[in-house]
Amino acid sequence: MWRDALLVAGKDLRIELRSRVALWQVLPVAVLSLVLYAFALGPARHTLAAAAPGLFWLAVLFSTVLATQRSFAIESGEGTRDGLRVSGIDPAGVFLGKAAAVAAELAVLQVVLWAAMTLLFGVHIHTAWLAIVASFLATIGLATAGTLYGALSAGLRVRETLLPLLVLPVLAPVLLAASRAWSGALTGPVSSGESWLRILGPFAAVYLVVGIVLYGPLLETA
Amino acid sequence: MSTSEKTVTVVRRPRWLRVVGALALVSTAATVWLGLWVTPPDAVQKNLVRLVYLHPPIAWVALYLAFGLSALASLLYLWRRTRSMFWDRLAASSVEVGVVFNALTLATGMIWGRPTWGVWWTWDARLTSTALLLVLFLGYLALRRVPVDPEVRARRCAVAALIAFVDVPIVHFSVIWWQTLHQGATVLNANLSPTIHGSMAWTLLLGFIALTLVFVWMVGVRYQIEVLADRTGAERLEVSLAERWAEGDLDSSTAGGNGHANGANGSPVRSPTRVGQ
Repeated sequence: MWRDALLVAGKDLRIELRSRVALWQVLPVAVLSLVLYAFALGPARHTLAAAAPGLFWLAVLFSTVLATQRSFAIESGEGTRDGLRVSGIDPAGVFLGKAAAVAAELAVLQVVLWAAMTLLFGVHIHTAWLAIVASFLATIGLATAGTLYGALSAGLRVRETLLPLLVLPVLAPVLLAASRAWSGALTGPVSSGESWLRILGPFAAVYLVVGIVLYGPLLETA
Repeated sequence: MSTSEKTVTVVRRPRWLRVVGALALVSTAATVWLGLWVTPPDAVQKNLVRLVYLHPPIAWVALYLAFGLSALASLLYLWRRTRSMFWDRLAASSVEVGVVFNALTLATGMIWGRPTWGVWWTWDARLTSTALLLVLFLGYLALRRVPVDPEVRARRCAVAALIAFVDVPIVHFSVIWWQTLHQGATVLNANLSPTIHGSMAWTLLLGFIALTLVFVWMVGVRYQIEVLADRTGAERLEVSLAERWAEGDLDSSTAGGNGHANGANGSPVRSPTRVGQ
């Protein structure tokens, strides 16, 4: 299963490296959204700094929708999903691989977004470990739940409009918990930020397990 | 047309469903009577307390019964040994009724919240999660309406219901996880001793029974509609295919009878010899 996951993740990431769609489309849109949020809220530094954790995770959330859409768009070519299905690769491996590829993209995106945020909004992380742990758990949650719903709406004619409706309510707890945790990491208190890890952790674990179990039946219906 | 006449069938509800319907009607009427006339107004909440006979039972049906049943049915559909369209239809019916009750939960909650808390809406964890659940299961219904092969739809919807159901415990435990305005569970609190008494408790209990019966009846009726929709869909397909083939025969006989049947839009359809298969 793990070898299969590596293979699939490698394939997805190689396609991204060569096509550069994530790099030149998803990433700029995420950074652009930060600028747009600033337009919406006004240029006052303290307003932006207070809203920064929420806006950061909102940008990541919407990017997750784009990234998962992209992750399944690369398999929309003729017979590609069939090829994946008959290749003998374990469905759980396919799920883990695709989720890992999305997670890797989201991790890069967060680093860039964070740099942009520091420059534009003038905020700094005080408790680095908390921000990193929260990011790690949230990324797993976003990638796994996103991949599950991506597979659910893959191949449907209305997938572009259906996916956000399906996935955003599910990801809402991640947005809530990650924003609060980051708020704790940015401005404190650390203890209140820490307590939100108790939501991010189980969320990531649950969707990881659900994905491994349920991806098989989903892949069969492609 | 003789073919469409043939599809007209008289639908009779099964006896158990009619009995449940009658019981639901009687128990709902009794709840209304007890709730509005027999029970006294509350010392603090006055007449507003009467919503309590309705709101928790509706929430129980929506959040636990409907979505629980849909998750169970979806699970049984996905499990190969019990896979049948029965579970798929049951899950779909249950979600649809659940969405209605979920919306009613929010509506009755807001009607109670406005005079009590002074606002229609607060960003309380349980309220927010209930609203999220509504959107989540609306997504399920949207997924269901996408035209695909019934088998594919059934499997995808089953997976969607299960993933969405994972959110229900978050709703349940949100009261404990987050400190909120919303009061804790009254009937099913930790030591299982109800904290309301007398006629009020009995009316609330009856409310639970009445709305559970209403739920069972609605799911039963909705299930029947689903079966009929599938049947008429299949019959209509057969009728229109037969019509196409008839046209195709006509075309081929006038065009020299090369034996190939063609649809009205020129696309080839299956040969008439396969009608019965």
